[in-house]
Amino acid sequence: MNNNNEKSETGKIEKEILNKHELDSIITRITFQILEKCSNFENIALIGIKRRGAILADRINDKIKDHSGKKVPVGYLDITLYRDDLTEIADYPLLSGTEIDFRVKGKNIILIDDVIFTGRTVRSALDAIIDFGRPEKIILTCLIDRGHRELPIQADFTGKYVPTSLDEKINVKLRELDEVDSVSIEKNEDGV
Amino acid sequence: MSFKRKDLVGLKDLSAEEILFILGTAEKFKEIGKRDVKKVPTLKGRTVVNLFFEPSTRTRTSFEIAGKRLSADTINFSSSSSSTSKGETLIDTVKNIESMNTDVFVVRHAFSGSVKFIAENTCARVVNAGDGTNEHPTQALLDLLTIKEHKKDFANLNVAIIGDITHSRVARSNIWAMQKLGMNIKLFGPKTMMPAHPEPFGCKICSSIEEALENTDVVMMLRIQMERQSKTLLPSVKEYSRLYGLNAEKMKLAKKDALIMHPGPINRGVELASNAADSAQSVILEQVENGVAVRMAVLYLLGIKTEVK
Repeated sequence: MNNNNEKSETGKIEKEILNKHELDSIITRITFQILEKCSNFENIALIGIKRRGAILADRINDKIKDHSGKKVPVGYLDITLYRDDLTEIADYPLLSGTEIDFRVKGKNIILIDDVIFTGRTVRSALDAIIDFGRPEKIILTCLIDRGHRELPIQADFTGKYVPTSLDEKINVKLRELDEVDSVSIEKNEDGV
Repeated sequence: MSFKRKDLVGLKDLSAEEILFILGTAEKFKEIGKRDVKKVPTLKGRTVVNLFFEPSTRTRTSFEIAGKRLSADTINFSSSSSSTSKGETLIDTVKNIESMNTDVFVVRHAFSGSVKFIAENTCARVVNAGDGTNEHPTQALLDLLTIKEHKKDFANLNVAIIGDITHSRVARSNIWAMQKLGMNIKLFGPKTMMPAHPEPFGCKICSSIEEALENTDVVMMLRIQMERQSKTLLPSVKEYSRLYGLNAEKMKLAKKDALIMHPGPINRGVELASNAADSAQSVILEQVENGVAVRMAVLYLLGIKTEVK
């Protein structure tokens, strides 16, 4: 693991906790966990929470295809309209749009996000999915669990537990959006 | 880019970026109408009042559906049951309803400028649903969304707006917006229905329907207000239909993939023959569908913030 501390653009200390290869291994492990859990392969579908959860859903789907030769339906969820803090956040949130073009009813849904923190995003996503139809089961997968839950929600599969303090930030960078694959933890200088 | 205005009174004052931002937001809302549960909790607890001082069924219904799909409480207030007929002033009516902690007013009124007047005198957000012969911004936005879906890009599209230009708030809102988006507009209609001073519009005025249709990407037909102007401005409906109406034959003068649009309701056989209204080039029902998405976008952009109170 790369333990080099780097100053980010904001002047805070950023420490890499997962490099490209480690990130890829974790995605592979999560994929196998999903395959083991879902014996009825015909009935599963992936839904990634936009934006980085959607990218992770695509990557997991690629790995499912590599290992089983089968394609799984993938959807992308924008939870903005379901947020419970929509009226409190500073600016008007941009909508990126939801794209779920398969029937959710009766499916085993693998819900995927990059970081689980307070649990509010996942709650919004659960509400949104159920509005599309009643799934048989929803299984939650998160790349990073940073703690500090405000709602009783836990992931079924977690890539890595990263205990954090509230003033720290987890930065998940994926090459499709950020040009590199990396996960880092950002701290205030005096907090190191 | 975002939309930070308190109200949506018209498109004349909006920038091209703001118009495109609303259209972009509306595109995202289209998907909700296709779900099993056509509802999101975004405006839960907000109260939207449709203040219609002039009768309208489809615009009011469209706003009502839009509000309900966002989980807002939508209430309809129409002039027939209102106290304005008992002598109460417009602002008193608005202030009274505002006192019931309403968040958004959707206003239609027969007098141009009345919606702006209301917007200036209330803390609630105000959306113009048509004021006199001035503007009808959400109708123009749904027209633009429909055009965008078919033509992808607005720049250099040729649009013919045909009919009663002078009395059309739909035409006016479209003209302001289309010019900002780089579209070329041609206007055509009976002399009695053309603006006396068309210069401020900066549009080409055509002298025949053939000239208006030639090389056109979008043909926008306007409704003849049979109940209002037709008696004084038109000698005969039959003559109007022959000289200013659109049919499949005339449509051949426009580009092959030209769109036929109409704000509805159609006077069949007057401004539009059935063989044009029901043709594959007609996008009239898509306009109606897009109306809900556009109104959801506008209510979302105005309704989520209420701190102006």
